[in-house]
Amino acid sequence: MTAPAIAARGVSKSFGGVKALTGASIAVARGSVHALVGENGAGKSTLIKILGGRIAADEGSVETAGPSLRIGTVFQELTLLPYMTVAENLLLGREPRGRLGLIDRAAMPRLAEAELAGLGITHIDPRALAADISLAERQIIEIARVIMARPQVLLLDEATSALVEREVAWLFGQIRALRDAGVAIVFTSHRWGEITSIADEITIFRNGSDVGTFTTIGEDEAITLMTGQALETIFPARFAPSSGPVLLSLRGARAEGTAPLDLDLRAGEILGIGGLAGHGHRALFFGLFGAPGFREGRIEREGRPVRITAPWDAIRAGIALVPEDRKSEGLFLPLSVRDNFTLPILRQLSRFGILRLGAEHATVAESIRRLAVRTPSAQQPVGALSGGNQQKVLLGRWLLTRSRILLLYDVTRGVDVATKHEIYELIAGLAREGYAILFYSSDAEELAHLCHRVKVMRRGAFVAELPADALSAEAIVAAAMRESGQTETPHAA
Amino acid sequence: MQPDAAALPRGSRLGHAIGQNIGLILAGAILALAVAGFLLVYSIEQHRLPGNFELTSTVNNAIPLVFAAVGQSFVVLTRGIDLSVGGVVDLANALAAVTMGKSLGGALLWSAVILAVGAACGLVNGLLVAFGRLQPIVVTLATLSIYQGLAIRVLPAPGGAIPPAYTNLLVNPNAPWALVYIGLLVLAWAGFRRSRTGVDLYAIGNDEASARALGVNVLRTKIIAYMLDGALAAAAGLFLAASATAGDATTGNSYTLTSIVAVVLGGVSLFGGRGSAAGAIAGAFITTLIVNILFFSHVNPLYQSFYEGVFLIVAVVLGGAIGGAIRRRR
Repeated sequence: MTAPAIAARGVSKSFGGVKALTGASIAVARGSVHALVGENGAGKSTLIKILGGRIAADEGSVETAGPSLRIGTVFQELTLLPYMTVAENLLLGREPRGRLGLIDRAAMPRLAEAELAGLGITHIDPRALAADISLAERQIIEIARVIMARPQVLLLDEATSALVEREVAWLFGQIRALRDAGVAIVFTSHRWGEITSIADEITIFRNGSDVGTFTTIGEDEAITLMTGQALETIFPARFAPSSGPVLLSLRGARAEGTAPLDLDLRAGEILGIGGLAGHGHRALFFGLFGAPGFREGRIEREGRPVRITAPWDAIRAGIALVPEDRKSEGLFLPLSVRDNFTLPILRQLSRFGILRLGAEHATVAESIRRLAVRTPSAQQPVGALSGGNQQKVLLGRWLLTRSRILLLYDVTRGVDVATKHEIYELIAGLAREGYAILFYSSDAEELAHLCHRVKVMRRGAFVAELPADALSAEAIVAAAMRESGQTETPHAA
Repeated sequence: MQPDAAALPRGSRLGHAIGQNIGLILAGAILALAVAGFLLVYSIEQHRLPGNFELTSTVNNAIPLVFAAVGQSFVVLTRGIDLSVGGVVDLANALAAVTMGKSLGGALLWSAVILAVGAACGLVNGLLVAFGRLQPIVVTLATLSIYQGLAIRVLPAPGGAIPPAYTNLLVNPNAPWALVYIGLLVLAWAGFRRSRTGVDLYAIGNDEASARALGVNVLRTKIIAYMLDGALAAAAGLFLAASATAGDATTGNSYTLTSIVAVVLGGVSLFGGRGSAAGAIAGAFITTLIVNILFFSHVNPLYQSFYEGVFLIVAVVLGGAIGGAIRRRR
């Protein structure tokens, strides 16, 4: 191999006593795509930040092919400025100058439009505020901004987490073009299919160091290396839904941007909702949770009509929502695991208005055990846990409130394989116990393996329902992509 | 990537312009309402429309607040707040009264010095906020007291003198010449908005951590914002001194709160990153016109602040509702 474009040698890094990296090394050649895989907390993001010069290593070194190598990083956390336009975001720091050396604000949208078109992006309006475009579009703009800076080393940390297949295909097209132009690319993803389709080399991380670099490796072997144990299967074994009573029905319920929707959710079943991002899933889930509620139509809770206009109504009706963005929609990150579990049920744990500490302690300990939350103690701030464990805390809180209907909205986004596995087992277990689960995922594979049936949304309407025997990731994607004119709806709802 | 058939339709350019400047548009609408209200109350009361004298006095009354509010908006755009504005106005006012003497030349020279003192006051705020990583509200609450104390030290009792020529230059009582300064302020703002520092200011107010990750020099930009704020507050003190033709080390105290009111009415978000100095100027005029309207309505001056408070709440609530409705419709 020729001298690498960028290499890390024996890099270690600690954050407040927690070792994020211990003696990690990788070398990335010019014109190659190098994937880093590993569980959350394995040190991939830390290594990317060190390679990109965002943070300094405690030990070890980063060597680059030249002193002035241009390194571009797409961070896992999006960095777009919400109340600035797409054009202002794209051109930040290199704005076009006009008279008197002042920034030519009028020229910026056209310039941004031209540059985006050069990357094959024609569907995002450069005049829109970053806050007004979808999460996937924001991620695309984030990637475009970094590519436009013409990096010689491109670091992509979970850059596909919000993207659907078509957008991933676009990104991979860009990556291949850059690779062929000699750019060294480092890439992390939790989606195995993406990794094998794009990576020239794969380095596997576990507990803060690299445990092997491969040009080809099977998923099972990789998972064994990542987790240190063989996972028989990622998904739980299928089980028949108990034909319990219908807990929740929608009749002609219309949320903003959706058609009137009909749906029946039974106790003991996992009903999947599939489709491409931006086709009304979010409106459906947040409508059921009253944030905001549906505009018209009926919601029935075990046959009785209920009004849900605010989350409070939903909670009283026993409906709980676990969103994908747990940071802003559910958890109190600075508060402890204990407080996050018990805040909504403090009244039940109190006598005469005074908290019974023993009861609280027992409840929290039981929840941590039941959900297998990996935390050093109940006092740990939730913000210090990994994403998957944060999801478990949020789910556990709803279980404590005795909600029977769980709306799980893309809960495994950005969660590592082993924790995903635990969450799947948890969901399957809850269904067996008689919970009614409505499950949306941007990952069709996940829907196909976990759900008893899947309804596919397109343009705000259900366009297909796939029963268990017709379920596959391909069938879900096909139904989601099919033009509505030629829709042949198998097993219509 | 081809546009998806289901992709949302693009908003029109006009739609974007309205949606993204909704705060400024609402400020303009409230200003128009305030002007109409003033014309109505005045013509009922005086049986004629206001003329040159009323225009001149309104502009001259408003101009210190215009400067203080524009200064405040720089800091608010970074998601900060400056409570020391009143103290800087006091200090500038007191310094002007004791230093200016009789000649216009001396007065102009001292004006430059006083503006620099104001910038220095802002520098202290900025250093404490940017390097000390202290909360702006705490820092400027403390420096408000400090600057007020310094002002009293400079001018223990109201008095001193301002050259008449200086008064004529800044707040000519015969014609609304002071509008020229507002014009210059708008031009300067338009230039600033198109400078590196101007863009960085908005970036910081949007998301400080992201701005830092994108290479924005956060420390430098924040310090500049506080310095500009301090210099503009000092300018407000100079206009006040010129109007009163003398100094008073407590006359500026109210500007801490009125500058924040003007900024809010002008559609600048207290959460940073949204709004503009043009809105703050409109807000300053609205605030001044409300006082005029209450005066001509013969509201007991003791109750004036009551009605100002009620108006502020109504304006902000209505503005938020209208703005939200327009954004949702798009």
